[in-house]
Amino acid sequence: MNKNLKIILWLLVALLGAAAISAIALNRGESISAIWFIAAAACVYAIAYRFYAAWIAASVLGVDETRATPAERLDNGRDFVPTNKWIVFGHHFAAIAGPGPLVGPTLAAQFGYLPGTLWILIGAVLGGAVQDMVTLFFSTRRNARSLGQMARDEIGPIGGTAALIGTFLIMIILIAVLGLVVVNAMKHSPWATSTVAATIPIAMLIGFYMRNFRPGRVLEASALGVILLLLAVVGGGWIDHQPALRVFFDHEGLTLAWVIIGYGFAAAVMPVWLLLAPRDYLSTFVKLGTVTLLAIAIITLQPHVHMPAITQFTDGTGPIFGGKLFPFVFITIACGAISGFHALIASGTTPKLLSNERDIRMIGYGAMLLESFVAIMAMIAATVLEPGVFFAINSPAGVVGKEAVDAIAKINSWGFAVTVEQMSQLAKDMGESTLFARTGGAPSLAVGMASIFGSAFGKGMLALWYHFAIMFEAIFILTTLDAGTRVGRFMLQDMLGNIWPKIGRTSWMPSVIFTSALVVTGWGYFLYIGVIDPNGGVNILWPLFGIANQMLAAIALCVGTGILVKSGRLKYAWITALPLAWLVIVTTSAAWLKVFSEDVRVGFLAAANDLSAKLATGSLPPEKALVAPHLIFNQQLDVYLTMFFVVVLWVVIFDTLRLIIRYLLGKATLPLTEVAHEPSRLVEDWVRD
Amino acid sequence: MFKKLQRFWQAVRRLSGDDAYEQYLLNFLQHQSEHNEAQEPLSREEFFKQWQDKKWKGVKRCC
Repeated sequence: MNKNLKIILWLLVALLGAAAISAIALNRGESISAIWFIAAAACVYAIAYRFYAAWIAASVLGVDETRATPAERLDNGRDFVPTNKWIVFGHHFAAIAGPGPLVGPTLAAQFGYLPGTLWILIGAVLGGAVQDMVTLFFSTRRNARSLGQMARDEIGPIGGTAALIGTFLIMIILIAVLGLVVVNAMKHSPWATSTVAATIPIAMLIGFYMRNFRPGRVLEASALGVILLLLAVVGGGWIDHQPALRVFFDHEGLTLAWVIIGYGFAAAVMPVWLLLAPRDYLSTFVKLGTVTLLAIAIITLQPHVHMPAITQFTDGTGPIFGGKLFPFVFITIACGAISGFHALIASGTTPKLLSNERDIRMIGYGAMLLESFVAIMAMIAATVLEPGVFFAINSPAGVVGKEAVDAIAKINSWGFAVTVEQMSQLAKDMGESTLFARTGGAPSLAVGMASIFGSAFGKGMLALWYHFAIMFEAIFILTTLDAGTRVGRFMLQDMLGNIWPKIGRTSWMPSVIFTSALVVTGWGYFLYIGVIDPNGGVNILWPLFGIANQMLAAIALCVGTGILVKSGRLKYAWITALPLAWLVIVTTSAAWLKVFSEDVRVGFLAAANDLSAKLATGSLPPEKALVAPHLIFNQQLDVYLTMFFVVVLWVVIFDTLRLIIRYLLGKATLPLTEVAHEPSRLVEDWVRD
Repeated sequence: MFKKLQRFWQAVRRLSGDDAYEQYLLNFLQHQSEHNEAQEPLSREEFFKQWQDKKWKGVKRCC
C-alpha cells in the first residue's frame, strides 16, 4: 500500500478511537450505545498491536525469525511440536480465557461502566499483553522453561519459591471464589442446578466415547456432547415444571457448596479421560461459540448501556464489595487487564508449540487483546441492565436486607429506580423464583446476555437463554475447578515429595487421595465460609484472589525486567517495569486497606473486631451468632494470608532490585540462561501452512 | 471455496486434537530412521491415552 495512504488510515483509526473514548468518558446522558465501547476497544487494540507490540518485538526483544525455536530443536511429536501459528493462537487463547474476564468486570460495574472499561483497555495494552508476550519470548529462548524455573535461574532461589507458593495459593482462592459464583447461580434454582448437574454425566459419556467407543475422535464426540448439553438446558426447564422432580434440585447454598466440595474431590481423583478432558472439550466449544455469538449480537444489535459512567460507590460504599475506586477496581478486574496466571501458560506450555519467534507478537500480545475484548463484552452485558436491576441481582442480603421490599427500598434510596414487580416479572421471564441476592456476577451476566440474545432471537426464549448462559459459565468454572485441583495436587505432591519421596509419586493412590483431600479442604474451607457469610463472601474472596493474581503478575514482570536489564537492555526495561510499579502500588495499597481499614466492609481486622464486639454484647440474631466465631476466625486468617502475599511480593521485588544493582555495579550475577542461537531449518511453506 | 473449507476443517481438527494420532504417525515415520531398532508405533487407543494424561499434567487452564 502507498505509504501516505497508510499514514492517513492509521490517523483515522486514532481519531475514531479518540472519539469513541471521549464519547464513553464524557457521556452523562441516560444511556449510551454499546457500539462506542466496541469502537474504542478495536481502535486501541489495533494501534497498540500495530505500533507498541511491533516495536517491543523488533527493538526491545529482538525477535529473530531465523532462530530455531524449542519446538523445532526438541521436536518429539508429543509435547514439543512446531505448529501453525493460528493453531497455537487457538490453544493459547483457549488456555488463558476462563471465567475471570466475565466475572471481574461484572463486579466492577458497581463503580459505573467507565473505570472498569478504561482499566481493561489500558491495563491490557500496557500491562497484561506485554507481560504475556515478554514471558512467552523469554521462555521460548530458554527451552520452554516455566515461570518458576526462570525466576529461580535468572533472579535466584527466592524468586522461584515465591512463584511456586504464589501459584498454589492463587489456585486455592480462585477455585473457592469460582465455586461460590456457581453456588450463588444455582441456589434455589432447580432449572440451573439440574442443568449443571446434567453436564457431569454428559461429560462422562463423552469420555467413554472418546476412550473406548471411538478412541481419539474428538470432534464427533464433542459435537454429540454439545447437542446433549443443549438438551440438558431444555430438560432443566421441563424438570422445573415437575413438582415431583424439582424438589431434588432445589437446595440451599450450603448444601450446594458441600456437593461441589465432594464433586471436586471425586473429580480430582478420577482419571482425566473420564471427566476433566471430555468436559474441557465441551466447555471450550461452548465458550468459543457463545463468545462469538455475543460479539455478533452486540455489534449488530448495538444495545444501550444504562449504567451511569460513574456511580456514587467510588467512595467505597458499594454493595457488592466494599472499598474505594482506587485501588479496588484494579484488583477486581485482573483477568481482562493483567493476570499473572497467564504467565504460567505463556511459559512452559505455549512455547513448546511455537514454530517461529516472529509469531510471538500475535500469540502473546494478540491473544491477551482478545481476552481483554471478552472482558469488554462482559462489561457491556452487565451494564445494559437497568442499574436498579443490576444492584438488585448483585447486592447480598446482608447489605440490602432479605425481604424483596427492603432490598428495593434500599436500592431506591441510592437513587436507582427498580420495583418489586419489575424484579418478580424479570425472575418469571428468566424462569427463576427470585433473582435477588445472586451475588457473583454469573446471574446478572446471564440476564444481560439473555436480554441481548432475546432481542435478537425473540423474547419467548428468555428463560432458555438465561439458563444456557448459566450452564455456559458453570461448565467452564467446573473445568477450572477440576484442572486447578489437579494442578494443586501435583504441586503439593512435588513439594511433599521432597520430605517423603513416596508421596511424590503421582500415580500412587494413597498419595493421590491424601493430597487431593488437602487441596480440596483448602478451597472447600474458603467456599464454606463464603457461603455462610451474610455479606456474600464475594466481598472477601474476590479481592483476595485479585491481590494474589496481581502478585503473580508482579513476579512475572520482575523476571521480565530482570532479564531485560541483565541482557543489557536497561533503557527498555520500563516496558515491564512500568506496569510492575503500578501493580506494586495497587497490590500493596489494596492489601494495606484489606488488613487495616477501619471500614468493617473493607478491613479484615475491623470486621473481626466489630463482630467480636457484637457477639460479646449479644446484639446478633441467633443464626448470625452461630456462625460469627467462624467468620471472626476467617477474617483473622485472611489478614495473615494478605500479609503473606504482600511480603512475598516485596521479597521478590527486593531480590530483583538487588540483582539489577549488582549488575549495574559490574558485580557477578546469575548468568543468562538463554539457549545459544541455532539457525532454523524449517522450510517456510512446510510448517507455516 | 472448497479448498478454503477443507483448510478450515483441517485447522479445526488440528486445534481440537482430532488428528493428533495422524500427526503422531507422521512424525514417527519421519523419525523412524533415527530409531535403531524397528519400533512399532503406538496404537490409536494407546496413543490417545498417553496424550491425554500428559496434556493434563501442568497448568493448562486459567482463570
